[in-house]
Order: sequence, then structure tokens, then C-alpha cells
Amino acid sequence: MNLTKEQEDILNGSRGETMAKVMETLVRYGELYHADSMVPVTGKFNHLVTSFGLKALAPVYDLMNKLIEAGAVSGTKFSADPRPLDKNVPSSFLQNIVFNHFMYTKQDFYEDQLTKLGLMEKDAFTCTCYMDEVGNTPKKGDILSWSESSAVVYANSVLAARCNRNSGIIDLMGAVCGFVPNFGLLTDEGRKAKWIVEVKTSKKPEAQLLGSAIGMKVMEDVPYIRGLDKWLGTLDDDARAYLKDMGAATASNGAVGLYHVAGITPEAVESGEDLILPDAQVYVIDDAELQRVYDSYPVIWKNKDATPKLCFMGCPHMSLAQLIDWTKRVEGGLAAAGNAKVVIPTVFTAAPAVIKKFEETEYAARLKKTGVILSYICPLMYMNNPLSTKMPVITSSNKLRTYTSARYYTDDEILVQITKGGN
Amino acid sequence: MKEFRGRVVAKGTVSAPALVSHGGLNTLASFQKALQFGDKKATCGDQNNPDLYGKQMAGKALCLPRTIGPPTGGLVLYCACSMHRQPACMLFSEPIDSLAAAGAILQDVWLSDVNMPVIDSLGEEFLAYVKDGMTVTIGDGGLVTVE
Repeated sequence: MNLTKEQEDILNGSRGETMAKVMETLVRYGELYHADSMVPVTGKFNHLVTSFGLKALAPVYDLMNKLIEAGAVSGTKFSADPRPLDKNVPSSFLQNIVFNHFMYTKQDFYEDQLTKLGLMEKDAFTCTCYMDEVGNTPKKGDILSWSESSAVVYANSVLAARCNRNSGIIDLMGAVCGFVPNFGLLTDEGRKAKWIVEVKTSKKPEAQLLGSAIGMKVMEDVPYIRGLDKWLGTLDDDARAYLKDMGAATASNGAVGLYHVAGITPEAVESGEDLILPDAQVYVIDDAELQRVYDSYPVIWKNKDATPKLCFMGCPHMSLAQLIDWTKRVEGGLAAAGNAKVVIPTVFTAAPAVIKKFEETEYAARLKKTGVILSYICPLMYMNNPLSTKMPVITSSNKLRTYTSARYYTDDEILVQITKGGN
Repeated sequence: MKEFRGRVVAKGTVSAPALVSHGGLNTLASFQKALQFGDKKATCGDQNNPDLYGKQMAGKALCLPRTIGPPTGGLVLYCACSMHRQPACMLFSEPIDSLAAAGAILQDVWLSDVNMPVIDSLGEEFLAYVKDGMTVTIGDGGLVTVE
């Protein structure tokens, strides 16, 4: 790898032993993927995937202490993934003991560390940092050092920023160092599509199902998606929310870091089918294929017929438009079912800044009236509690389904479940 | 006995009994319980991995195609190493994924009292040949002997 004089000097200890190790980590990481150089991180803000003070991750906090003590803090301010706890989210006495005494015992300590390392502001905890309300929205062409998979795929695809699918800690080290290795999705060649996905459904496909199907087929490759523009129209708020959910499913059900949507995403609009590699494979998705994918999901509840005890919506966190739309849908569902409040405890999650904006609208009181709980929590972190794993939890998030015992239903099915009951 | 050659991701020599996963290893799901509840043998907690679920990973030559799962994978692996609950070595049939690569490099650069050699690109034949309990030895230059 070709390093600049400045980078060589850092590697040789000009900025201290700790910084030399940071640089060594990044150089070795890049060399594995044949990076030709280290390029400057140009995003205004960074984003970290580690937001949770999990007792089991004590070595990570020790490592962060080393960075802080050596003055190797982030060159840019950053947001972080959602907080793992919110007392508004229903949990049992025993669950709380596990949450507070065995799992997230280091939360306050860790948030203090994040502040010292460069957290944007005290509530900058969300997986959707790119929302306007949050303010960490990269520009086209920005080089990032992020790792939250749903944010990486959104930044690459919808915003045309450039970021590899990194691991936690590597994200911080890129920000501390100010450079990241130049390979993969940072390069023009790495952003070319190895797959053509032909969407041939009879109606607008469920975002979470479509993303799941694409992710499981193409894994870490870049897909170029034809036929979706027919359903999305233009890249407006609705389309962005759709692509957020679809992308998160591609990233978690597979390992997609970038997708192009013909006529919609910026690079596809700019370069069209020049983005497709000559030997690209083709994957056709029709109604039957989506049904096949849906039917393939295992239900890992002990009692498959159990009545759901909790419903999570918003993994990744919901947008303002989604909160408003779902308020109306829940109201409509309850009216049709003749119920006043949701029949399953239901939690909608969104970024603190989005919640704040939502609470300025008339819809906040209307949503509250339906009994839905609004929270900034990370549903994944809630479900990581072994006692949560035993609960029958439902969701329309394919990411939550993939990583936890939560059972997936489509948006329409979820609406019936929470407003009318259906199991 | 059969020899395979791969690429050295983290240096070291070791000999250990094989533990084989034919599907991707979800690092967080596999190690979380072990790290959380003091299981020094690192019993795999990933119910979606029939090859590994319930088996002890610490001290084994973990043979796998790749890791999968959330981007915390690298730091979870780093923590397992820091807490001395790591496999004896990790042997990937495919080129290493970015999450495992992060864990492998972090432990190699930042932990002076841990040595977990990591070799990748051993090929499909390696994973087809190696079975649980076989003795795997890592020599110099990415040489892996299975017997």
C-alpha cells in the first residue's frame, strides 16, 4: 500500500504509540483487501455502531480508554447507534434485573466515554443518523468510516457517499486517524453491479421482503435493481423510507453494502446501466418468489401458536413520515376492528430528534391515544436479553427477525395483529 | 493427512482439535452468552448454526467459510480474545470477511498476551475435508495440516 509521508510518520510513531497502533490496524485491514492507499475521511460527522454499555464488552471500553488517555479521539464529532434501554418499553421484573444488573451495567460509563471521544450531542443515538432531523447526512462522494450496516448501505446507495462495510471499532479508528483504506465500495470499480435484479411483481413489493430476497441471493455483491422505479416514482420522503427498510434487509439478510435502483438512486440516475458489469447474473423477483422467501423464514418460538406479547416497529428507526403514516393506519385499523387501543403492546422506535419533531405535530397525541409506545430504544438490544428471546415478539423488520427470535409479518399483517388480534 | 495452504491474516503456530461450521459464523450470536455469563469454554449460543450450537469454541481450531451477522462481529471477537475465551485459531475457506478481519487484526495489534493465528482462503476442499475432532496444525507461511 502506498502511504503518504504523513501516514508513514504516524505508523512510525510520530503521534505516539497508540496512534501508531491505530494506523497499523487500518493499514493491515486495508492490505487484506488490496487497498492501494489510505484516503482522507471527508464526511462532516462520523457514526459508531457501538452504543451500548454491555458488561460483556469491557475490553472494548478498556481499548477506548487507551485512546482517550493518549488523546487519540475522533477528529470529527459522531452519532452512535440507539440506546439499549428505555423504561417506557414494557419489560418484566426479571427482564429488568438482567438488563440492569447483568447486561447494560456500563451504559452511563460508556456514554461518558463517547462524550469524551466526540459524541455530537447527548441524544445523538440512532441507527438512522442520516435523517434530516438528526443532522448527520453525508453528501454525495463523501468518504465515511461507518459500520452500522443499515446506515452504510443507505449512505452508499441513497446518498451516494462512499463507505465500506466495516466492523465496530474500525469505524472509530478511521475517525481517530482521519484516513481509511481505499478499497471495495470506496472505488468506482467496487461500486459496479455483479447482479441485475428484475422486479416483476404485480404490486409494490414489501420493502422488507424485497430486501431480504435480494440480500439472500446476492450476499455481499452489488445489485442493480430494475423495475422498482415503477413503484417508487421519485426519490421523495416515501421512497427514501422504503429504501431505508429495503436496504437494511439486504444488509442483514445478506451482506449488501450498496445497491443501485434504476431511475431512482443517484449513481443509477447518473450512470444508468454503465454500472452493470458485463458478466452480471440475473435474479427475477415476482410475487411467487417473494412468497417463497416469506415462507422460508423459520419460526423459532417454542410455541409457534403463542399469542404475541410485544410488537416492535422501527428497525431501522422510523422516519417522521412513517410515524405519521402509521399513526393514521393504526387509527384506521382500530376503528375497523372496533377497538380503542392496540391489543398487543406495541413499540414504534425512532431517533430522539425525530421523536422530538413528531411530538410537535398533532399526530403525537393521536398515536398516544392508540396505546402505541414511542421509543428511541434499539429493539435488537432489547431482544438480546435471554428472557426477551423467550418472548413471542412480532415485527415487520427483517433485520430484527434475522438477528433475534422475533417473528416477521408484513406491514398489513402487523396492522391486523396489533389492532384486531389475529393469532 | 492432508495439507492446505492459505493466506496469513494473523501470524502464529498452533495445534488444536477442529470444530467445523459449514455455514457462516454469526459472531455476536455465537459468543454473546459466553462473554455475558462467564462461560470460559465459549459454548456457541447461535441456535441458527446447527454445526456449532452448544459446542465449546474456546481452544478449538475453528474451521468455517466466513462470519456473518451484525457489524459488532469484529469487536465481539476482540472481546473473546481479550477475555481468553477465543478459539485456538480460525481457519477460513473463503477470503476473510471484513468483520472477522477486524477482530483478527485488533487482537493481533492490541493484545500482547493473546495469539490467535488466523488463515483465510483455504478453499472449499479444506472445509469438505476437515471434520470435528481432527487435529489441525498451523505451520509457517499459511500451511495448514489436517490429520
